[in-house]
Amino acid sequence: MRTLHEAAHCLRTRMGPARVATPLRSAMNWEAIITTLKLATATATILAVIGLPISYWVAFSKLRWKFLVEAVVALPLVLPPTVLGFYVLVAMGPRSPFGHWYESLTGHGLPFTLEGLVIASTLYSLPFAVQPVAAAFRSIDRRMIEASWTLGVSSWGTFFRVIVPQAKAGLVAGFVLSFAHTVGEFGVVLMVGGNIPGVTRTISIHVYDEVQSMDYASAGMTSLALLVFSFLILSLVYSLTPRRDRIL
Amino acid sequence: MLNAEIAKTFKSGVQVKASLSLPPGPSVTVLFGVSGAGKTTLLRCIAGLEQLTAGKIVFSGQVWADVSKRRHMPTQKRPIGYLFQDYALFPHLNVRDNIGFGIHHLASGVRSERIRTTAATLQIEDLLERQPDELSGGQQQRVALARVLVREPGLLLLDEPLSALDGVARDHVRAELARLLRRLQIPAIIVTHDWVDALTLGDRLHVMSRGVVLQEGSPQDVFAKPQYAEVASVVGMENLVVGHVRERTADVLKLQVGTAELYAADPKGDHTDYFVCIRGENVTLETVRAGQSSARNNLRGRVKEISAAGSLMKVIVDVGFEIVALVTHQAVMDMQLSPGVEVFAVFKASAVHLIPRTV
Repeated sequence: MRTLHEAAHCLRTRMGPARVATPLRSAMNWEAIITTLKLATATATILAVIGLPISYWVAFSKLRWKFLVEAVVALPLVLPPTVLGFYVLVAMGPRSPFGHWYESLTGHGLPFTLEGLVIASTLYSLPFAVQPVAAAFRSIDRRMIEASWTLGVSSWGTFFRVIVPQAKAGLVAGFVLSFAHTVGEFGVVLMVGGNIPGVTRTISIHVYDEVQSMDYASAGMTSLALLVFSFLILSLVYSLTPRRDRIL
Repeated sequence: MLNAEIAKTFKSGVQVKASLSLPPGPSVTVLFGVSGAGKTTLLRCIAGLEQLTAGKIVFSGQVWADVSKRRHMPTQKRPIGYLFQDYALFPHLNVRDNIGFGIHHLASGVRSERIRTTAATLQIEDLLERQPDELSGGQQQRVALARVLVREPGLLLLDEPLSALDGVARDHVRAELARLLRRLQIPAIIVTHDWVDALTLGDRLHVMSRGVVLQEGSPQDVFAKPQYAEVASVVGMENLVVGHVRERTADVLKLQVGTAELYAADPKGDHTDYFVCIRGENVTLETVRAGQSSARNNLRGRVKEISAAGSLMKVIVDVGFEIVALVTHQAVMDMQLSPGVEVFAVFKASAVHLIPRTV
């Protein structure tokens, strides 16, 4: 619990400068947009890499206890972001072995940094990266894989030359969805990242701030931009994914 | 060559247990039986796509699997060419890349040369830039064969190679496949449930039912002398003999079978030898020679043997070859048939089914 107290204290002190800076904000906060893009790009890229083996395992493993792993991967879909954020914050705190290890390695802690935010976002968007890819893997005809084996191609070769090319739409959908979902994050970002301009303040939090300070015109502009962006992203995903493979 | 003792038990309790041994040389072995008989399982075990529950597979001195020594050579290491039932071409690659898929490790010059010569063998040079979904069933089969042959396999495993085709295409592709197999000189195991395929393609036949091999031998032996009722019902053809074309007139072929001559509807083509197939139900027995009859075949002979076959009687008559007629018990009584009695075996030319024999 002490860790959380420290965090809350930190949050309060760190939020101070943001409030002061309010009158200086322009209609479009480029700082927040850049922070958001940095966060979303890093998260989606990391997820594309670590999501691939997880998706493969979820799609092809015949283990009896597979459903447990599937449930863990899907947890962020149902868990309140604050709950997830709370656990991540505790895990990152200087008192946890991980947080301690990270701090001794880099000289600074993870909470209220962009790195910390990336770790939290990666966990939070995991189902969005894994499920479309696993669905695409599952829809591949088993005989395609066997045909590759009978032609002398190793399991790795088969993965990269048969499975990945045929799951292309799922891979794109996984990347785009985890990117878009990170852009739309609010609860986790506020819990883990705080609200530090130029470091952890993303667009969604920016909108919240604008509404808090009654700047409705600016909030409207930013919201509209986010709305159009999200619509375009989802249109792209739907146009790429065959009807039968859709998971959303 | 190939010696296999295969036992495979699935979780569902389904069992396949068979021993298979291929003679040295490029012979074609057919695994024949109704669907669910375990033919494909056997093929998959040989390919290494299924792990054996018990048994051993040795190919040309190389151990592919030996359960007692916990050995299982991965599919990738076995020098096989496996043709899948509906060909399993990679939809994301064009014909050229499909064919070259298994020889990716070769230098690009060698690779394209091999693809070119294999494509020429199968006459698909003009299809190389096409996508698999732009091909007909017969073309897909040839591309799948090319993809397999380009690796120069030591053993071909063909799973129902013709079942994805129908009608005219099927007859055409079957004849081509038979010629190709003769020319390639690679031993092959073919799975089929179609007796025409079995006769056309196979040098040896293994009849499977419910996970075991019931009978093996040359196609003629198996079809003409089924040892078990099960085999007889699977093959379902009482008369199967080899005939040589004597004369071709209009729509009718005159064939020499044993010392007898018979007429059959001409299936067209330039073959000189055929498997002659006549169903026992289609052969009528007469004690006196009829006058004018629409039945073209009227062969004189003597009854050799009479036995029961289900609700009917099976009468074997020597007419220069042994022909089986299935008649009612009442007919045998009325005609006072017994061994030695002279009868005429009568059947229409259209009741004679001819299957080209590739020698």
